[in-house]
Amino acid sequence: MFDFLTFLPRAVVQGIPLLLGSTGETLTEKSGNLNLGIPGIMYVGAISGVIGSFFYERANPDGLAALPAVLIPIGCCLLGSLLMGLLYCFLTVSLRANQNVTGLAITTFGVGFGNFFGGSLMKLSGSELPSIILTATSNCFRRSLPFADKLGAVGKLFLSYGFLAYIAVVIALVCAYVLKRTRTGLQLRAVGESPNTADAAGINVGRYKYVATCAGSMIAGLGGLYYVMDYASGMWSNNAFGDRGWLAIALVIFTVWRPNIGVLASFLFGGLYILHMYIPSGMNLAVKELYKMAPYVITIVVLVLTSIRNKRENQPPASLGLPYFREER
Amino acid sequence: MNKKNQAPLFYVSKRGSIGWVRAWAVRGGAVLLALLVNGVITSLVTGENPLQVYAAIFDGSFGSSRKVWVLLQNLSMLLCVSLAVTPAFKMRCWNLGGEGQALIGCLAAAACMICLRDAFPNWAIILCMIVSSILAGAVWAGIPAFFKARFNTNETLFTLMMNYVATQLVSYYCVVWESPKGSGQIGIINPNTHLGWFPQIGPYKYLLNILVVAVVCVFMYVYLNYSKHGYEISVVGESERTARYVGIKVDRVIIRTMLLSGALCGLAGLLLVGSTNHTLTPTLVEGRGFTAVMVSWLAKFNPVWMILTSFLLVFLGRGAGEIATNFGLNSSFGDILTGIILFFIIGSEFFINYQIHFRRSGDKEDNAHV
Amino acid sequence: MDNKIPAVTMRNITKRFGPVVANDKVWLNIYRGEILALLGENGSGKTTLMNMLSGIYFPDEGEIQIDGKDVVIRSPKDAFDLGIGMIHQHFKLVDVLTAAENIVLGLPGKLDLKAAAEKIRAICEAYGFEVDPAQKIYDMSVSQKQTVEIVKVLYRGADILILDEPTAVLTPQETDKLFAVLRNMRNDGKAVVIITHKMHEVEELSDRVAVLRHGQFIGDMPTAQTNAQEMTNMMVGHPVVLNIDRPEPVDPKPRIEVKGLTVRNIDGIVKLDDVSFTANSGEILGIAGISGCGQKELLEAIAGLQPVEAGSISYVGDDGTREELIGKDPLSIQQMGVSLSFVPEDRLGMGLVGNMDLADNMMLRSFRSGRSMFTDRKTPHSLAETVVRDLEVSTPSVSTPVRRLSGGNVQKVLVGREIASAPTVLLTAYAVRGLDINSSYTIYDLINQQKAKGVAVIYVGEDLDVLLELADRILVLCGGKVSGIVPGRGAKKRDVGLMMTKMGGKTDE
Repeated sequence: MFDFLTFLPRAVVQGIPLLLGSTGETLTEKSGNLNLGIPGIMYVGAISGVIGSFFYERANPDGLAALPAVLIPIGCCLLGSLLMGLLYCFLTVSLRANQNVTGLAITTFGVGFGNFFGGSLMKLSGSELPSIILTATSNCFRRSLPFADKLGAVGKLFLSYGFLAYIAVVIALVCAYVLKRTRTGLQLRAVGESPNTADAAGINVGRYKYVATCAGSMIAGLGGLYYVMDYASGMWSNNAFGDRGWLAIALVIFTVWRPNIGVLASFLFGGLYILHMYIPSGMNLAVKELYKMAPYVITIVVLVLTSIRNKRENQPPASLGLPYFREER
Repeated sequence: MNKKNQAPLFYVSKRGSIGWVRAWAVRGGAVLLALLVNGVITSLVTGENPLQVYAAIFDGSFGSSRKVWVLLQNLSMLLCVSLAVTPAFKMRCWNLGGEGQALIGCLAAAACMICLRDAFPNWAIILCMIVSSILAGAVWAGIPAFFKARFNTNETLFTLMMNYVATQLVSYYCVVWESPKGSGQIGIINPNTHLGWFPQIGPYKYLLNILVVAVVCVFMYVYLNYSKHGYEISVVGESERTARYVGIKVDRVIIRTMLLSGALCGLAGLLLVGSTNHTLTPTLVEGRGFTAVMVSWLAKFNPVWMILTSFLLVFLGRGAGEIATNFGLNSSFGDILTGIILFFIIGSEFFINYQIHFRRSGDKEDNAHV
Repeated sequence: MDNKIPAVTMRNITKRFGPVVANDKVWLNIYRGEILALLGENGSGKTTLMNMLSGIYFPDEGEIQIDGKDVVIRSPKDAFDLGIGMIHQHFKLVDVLTAAENIVLGLPGKLDLKAAAEKIRAICEAYGFEVDPAQKIYDMSVSQKQTVEIVKVLYRGADILILDEPTAVLTPQETDKLFAVLRNMRNDGKAVVIITHKMHEVEELSDRVAVLRHGQFIGDMPTAQTNAQEMTNMMVGHPVVLNIDRPEPVDPKPRIEVKGLTVRNIDGIVKLDDVSFTANSGEILGIAGISGCGQKELLEAIAGLQPVEAGSISYVGDDGTREELIGKDPLSIQQMGVSLSFVPEDRLGMGLVGNMDLADNMMLRSFRSGRSMFTDRKTPHSLAETVVRDLEVSTPSVSTPVRRLSGGNVQKVLVGREIASAPTVLLTAYAVRGLDINSSYTIYDLINQQKAKGVAVIYVGEDLDVLLELADRILVLCGGKVSGIVPGRGAKKRDVGLMMTKMGGKTDE
C-alpha cells in the first residue's frame, strides 16, 4: 500500500529547495537574463550559511539562542548568493558578456567554492566523516509548531515543516503577485520581453536586470540553505546537493514562468525525485535511477508541448539570453 | 547644481573594429591578470610564496612525462567535445547537451563491450562500439534538433535537460551491469580479456586519442571554413531569413549540424570508454560538455584557437590540482581558480567590443578614449 | 519668431557610430506652437539627432537646452521628465502586453489599469482615436499600434512631440486624421517635430522646415517662404532634375502569370485575396499600395518563400512552355532553370549577411555550383570586384563586412549580385528606400537596363511619384486585393492614391 502520509511531506521537503531555486530563476529570466549559474549560486548560498553557523556553533558550544542561530546563516547565505548575483550581472549586464558562458562559469566556480570550503571546514572540525554536522542550528531551522503532531494527518501534511518552507511558499506567491499585478512586475516583464521598448519608456533596464537577478540569486541561495539546514538536518557533505540546481531550472520551464504554479509543481518534482523509494520495485535498485529521470522527461514534454501550441503568453521572455546595449544599431 | 544637469561620468560606445593582434593582447592581458589574482588568493589560502604557486601550476602539467601525457589526453578529450559543439554554436544553436551526448556515447560503447563480449570477436566488438556510440550521440542531439527545427523548441533548455536524462540512464545501467554484485559500480570492463579495448600505439597509452582528435580538429577546421555545409551553417547562424531566401533548407541544416555535433560528442564518449577508462560511470565525462561551451566561445568558434583555449583550461585545471595536492587543499580549489580565470576572460571581451569614454567635469568638449 | 525662447536648443551636436559621423556639429531650435519638419534624405542623421533628444543616444559633443536652461538627457526617462515624447518609426511596444499596459509602462505610482483605461478613453475622445485598452499589441494592425504610441506620449503629458516618419504606414485618410491631431496640438502650444522626407507633407503640415544633409545642418526657414524645388536642392546639395527615364517596352511577352493567388499569414489572416495579373518581359510592373497590403507576400510567393493557399503562379518561358512555381522553394525554382532574382526589402536581414564580406555575400547565390564538397571562392571574389567596379560601390575592399557599408552601397551590392545571374524575372521591394538621390538614380538606371534586356521587372515602391515615372503599368493593391491595374503613362497620382485606399478607387458619392 502506498503510504501517502509519509510520502507527501517528504515530497514537499524535497520540493522546497527546487521551489526557491525556480522562483529565483523565474524572477531572473523575466528580466531577460538566463542565469545558468543558479546551480552554482545555490551551492554558494548553502556553504555561506554553513560557514556562518559553523563558526557561530563553535563560538557557542553550550547551546544556541534560536534567533541568531537562524539569522546568522540566513544573513551569510543571502550575502554569498547576492555577491554571486552581482558578479553575474556585472559580467552580463554591465560588460554584456554571453549569458550562457557566464552562467556556466559561475556554476563551475560556485560548485568548486562550495566543495572547497566544505572540505576546509571538515578539516577544521577534524571529524572522521566527510561531512559537517550542524545539528544545533538545524534544530532551530526545523522547529515546527508545537501542536503540529497533535493534529494527526492535517498537522503532518500542512504544519510539520520548518519555517523556511513556509517562507518559500510565501516568496513564490509574492513573486507571482508582483509579476502579475504590480507596476514593478509589469516593467520587469517589459524589460525581459523587449528591453528597447522598456528603455524608451523610461525604465532603467540595467537596474531592473540587476535587481531582479540579484534578488533571484538570493532566493535561489536560500534554496541551498534550506537543503542543508532542514532537508539534510544540518549535514553538509560535498556534492550532496547534486543536480537540484538544474532541476530548479527545469521547473521554471515546467511552470511556464509562473512562480505560483511552481508551488505545486515543485512538490510534484520533489515527489518524482523520491518516488522510487515508495514504489515497491523490490530489490531492483536500478529502476530507482529511472524514476529520478522523470522530472527531466516531463519537463522536456512540457517544453515541447508549449512550443507546439505556440501560445504567446507561454513562451520564454522574448529577449531571454540576449545582452542589451541601447546604442546598438 | 542638481544631479540632472551633470553629464554622466563616462559612457560606452561600440567599437568599429579592433585588430586581432590587439584583441588577443587584451585576452592575454586578462589571463595574466587572472593568474596574478589567483596567485594572490592561493598565497593567502596556503601562506606560500606566489612564485612557488606558479611553479606548482607549471609542474602540474609539465612536471613529468606522465603528467605531460595526462595533460595531452585531457586536452584532446576536452578539445574533442569542444569541436563537437562548435558547428551548432556557429549556427547560433546553443547545444548545451555535449555532456549528455558524450555520456550516451560512453554508454553505447560500454554496452557493446559488456553485451557482445561472449558473442563476438574483438574486432567486431570494436566496430560495433564505434558505430553505436557515434549513432547514440547523434540521436541524443538529433531529438532536440528535430523539435527545434519543427516547432522552434528552445534548444538551450532542451539539450540541458537531455544531459540529466542521459546521466540517469547511465546510472540505471551502472546498477544493471554492476560488478561485483551489490557494488552499484561497473568497474573495469573485461579486465582480463581486454575485449573492446582499443589497441595501444606502441608504449603510448593516450596517443590514439590524441591522433583521433587531431584529425577531428583538422576536419572541423576545413568543414567550417571551406565546405558548402560550413558555409550554410554560417549563413543560417547569421540570419535564418537570408538562408531561406537563398534556398537553404534551414530545418535540414539544423538537424544535420546537430547530428554531426552529437556524433562527435559520441566519438568523445567512445574514446573515453574504449581507449582511456574502460569503465562506465555517470560522471565519466567530467563536465567537459559544459567546459566545452566556454572553450568554443572563448576561441570565437575557431577550431585552431580552440587548441589554445582548451590547453589553457586543462593546464590551469591540472595546475590547480597540483596546488591542491602540494599544499593539502581539496581538489575543488581548482574549480575556484578556473572560475576566476573564466570571469576575467569573459569580462575582457567587453573591452574588445566596446570602448569607454570618460568625461572630465567642466570640460565637455574634450573626452578621453580608452 | 526670433523673440521667443526656443523650447529646445541643440548646439554643436556631434554623434559618431564607430567611424561613421551621423551628426556633425548640428544646431537646431524647436519652438512651441509650431510644427517643425525635419527634412533630409535617409541617412542624413535626422533620426539620430532626435534620438539624442529622446535619450536613446548620448551625444559625443554639444549641448542641449530646454526653455533656455542647460540640460543633460541621459536616458528616455530624463527626456520624459523634460516633457519630450518621441514616436519611433519602429514601434516601441511590448507585443504580449495590452495597450493600457504599454501606455503606463515606465510611469511611477501604483499600477491601476482601470484608472489608466479611463484616462486613455478620455484622450481618445479628445482627439478622435480608437484604442481598446485591453487589446494585446500582437492582435493589432500597424495603424492601431501607431495610435497606441501617440496615446502613450499624450498620456504622459508631453509638450514636445517628435514623430519619426509617422505616415509611412498610414493610409491617406489616416494621415489626414493624424495631421489634424498634430495641428490641434500645435494650437495647444505644444512643440511638434515631424521627421519626413516627403515634400508634400512638409508643405501641407509644417510651419517651419529644417534641413539636414550628410549629418550636417544646412538651414531652416518658414515653410511658406520656400518651395519643393528649393528644399530638394538643400537636401541633396545641388539641383537635381526629378526625372526618371522610361523607355518604351520592347516586344513585351507574358512572363509571369498569377491567377487567383490567395495567401494567409501564420496567424491565419488573409494577406492576398484572389490576386491575378500578368508581368511581361521587357516591362516594369509597378506595385503600389499602403505598406503591409500584401506586397511582401506577393513577391515572396513568386520567389517561393511564402506558402500559398490557393491560385497559381506560372512562369512562361521564351518558347511558351509553362512552369508552375507554387509549391517550389527558391532552390527548386533555380534548379528548374528559372532565373529569378529578388531584391528584398530587408537588405541586411534577408538579402545579405551583414557580418560576411562582399565576396562571401556574392557566394550566397552561387555556393552550390559544382560537385565538389567545397566552396569555390574565386568566382564570387571576382564577381564582387566586378560589382564594386561597375556600380561604383564605395568600400575599402571586397573583404569588408557589408554591414560596415552605407545603405546605398549595401543596396548596390545586393542589386549587383541579383542581376549578375542574368535573370529573366527581377523582383524588387522598396529598392531605393533609405538611399540618397544619387544612389536611387543608379538603381533606377540598373532596373531600366534590365528592362531593356527583356527582363520582367516587378517593382514594389512606396513613393508614388517615382512609380508614376518609372513603371510601365501599375498594379494597385488594397487590403490584399487587386484594386486596379493602370498604365503608368498618364496615370494620375490622385487616382492611384484613391485606389490604394478603396477598391477600384471610386468614391461612394
